[in-house]
Amino acid sequence: MKRTLAVLSLLLAAGCAQTSLREEPRGTGDLGIVIERADGRVAVVDTTARAVLGRIDGLGDLSHASAVFSRDGRYAYVFGRDGGLTKVDILLRRIDRRVMQAGNSIGGSISQDGRIVVAQNYEPGGIKVFDAATLELLSEVPTQSKVVGLADLSGNRFAYALFDKGEIWVTDLSDPRRPRTQKFPAGRQPYDGLVTPDGRHYMAGLFGEDGIALLDTWKPEQGARKILENYGKGQEKLPVFKMPHLRGWAVAGNQAYLPAIGRHEVLVVDKASWKESGRIKVKGQPVFVMARPDGRQIWVNFAFPDNGWVQVIDTLKGEVVQTLQPGKAILHMEFTPRGEHVWLSARDDHTVSIYDTRSFERVATLPAQSPSGIFFTSRAARMGF
Amino acid sequence: MKRPLVFLASLLLAGAAPAAEPDAARQRELVRLVRQDCGSCHGMQLTGGLGMPLTAAALKDRPFEGLVATVVYGRPGTAMPPWRSIVSEPEAEWIVRQLMNGFPEEPR
Repeated sequence: MKRTLAVLSLLLAAGCAQTSLREEPRGTGDLGIVIERADGRVAVVDTTARAVLGRIDGLGDLSHASAVFSRDGRYAYVFGRDGGLTKVDILLRRIDRRVMQAGNSIGGSISQDGRIVVAQNYEPGGIKVFDAATLELLSEVPTQSKVVGLADLSGNRFAYALFDKGEIWVTDLSDPRRPRTQKFPAGRQPYDGLVTPDGRHYMAGLFGEDGIALLDTWKPEQGARKILENYGKGQEKLPVFKMPHLRGWAVAGNQAYLPAIGRHEVLVVDKASWKESGRIKVKGQPVFVMARPDGRQIWVNFAFPDNGWVQVIDTLKGEVVQTLQPGKAILHMEFTPRGEHVWLSARDDHTVSIYDTRSFERVATLPAQSPSGIFFTSRAARMGF
Repeated sequence: MKRPLVFLASLLLAGAAPAAEPDAARQRELVRLVRQDCGSCHGMQLTGGLGMPLTAAALKDRPFEGLVATVVYGRPGTAMPPWRSIVSEPEAEWIVRQLMNGFPEEPR
């Protein structure tokens, strides 16, 4: 009898444990997603457990996919190349909603109040505005140009650049069904854009000429001006096998760190004067130049064929202090919310590597199929993400 | 007169092609290169992005030689870089032929 009871209570306990595991409430502050680009799938990851919690299929063509998060950190909005916009529930690990919103898309952004999601499209060129809860289309702004570098600003405004027209547009969506747009000449072929962490300055990197277009969004009436003009004057440009990305801004202290185009350098800009304050030689054409959340380090990855390398710049010393080879084809990097670790995707090794940013030791390696973008929910609370 | 010239030209073209075929291992590398690295601008499905679509339908009226030249030397004034440090001219010809016929998928 005693034995039977013991077995019974064990069984009961096991049953309870399972139920409570399933229903245990949890936060999402240490969760994120990894894009598995070739399979139309995202992996939900846990930065505390350093583990993949599960995978969600059916997101379409995810070459060059990016994601933003709802302000409660529960939903990821994933923008696919094929124009699919998918709202993913990372707690229940399933697709909540999905719409095909364009023929060819590149990314998107979420408003300051979290109520609207905006997609930036190549084909047809323009932005589209969606209700963040339902993904209902609220309005659109056609541009007759490919849209790059969409970033959210205060007051439910969005800044973006037009590759074919050489302009920066700022659209006010405080009434999301009635967009109001201001247009500013920027320069030849803007390829991406970023907003500073305070949301004040929007920068569009120019591919067709040396320099960066800068718009003070607190004083838009002054228009966009060019900074870092002629940073490569008189030198032949090296071939750029992959466009740099500016989205992960690298503003650390009083300096901004930006990829040079067609040179193996990171440009350093003084944020007070917006003048070049230095250049740091690196191993290849930089793609992402990202500041650790505390701004002490800048991590840089590179375009093909140097995409097996990652370099770390110490912002106090102003020089490269570490060179790593985390794997084949390092496509993206993402810091944990306070920056003790960085996650790196190695597309051709089918792994995500986690490095300690102090010791530069690899602390874990996770399997992932052709991983590209890594996005943590801490982005939900940051302007420009 | 016109006929034999055309015939001669196609013989020359045909003659040039097989001699230059990359071996199977290199072909696999080139397929991956096109899908993944060209794909960062042209899309992994080659349906276009910052760069134009490279599907068979999109390329059907484009001259072969011009496309090869674009791969090898790039297109100044656009974002298309010269790939000659990465692929040889015969490899570029092989890539363009595959693109015009519908580019192979990567083996899984």
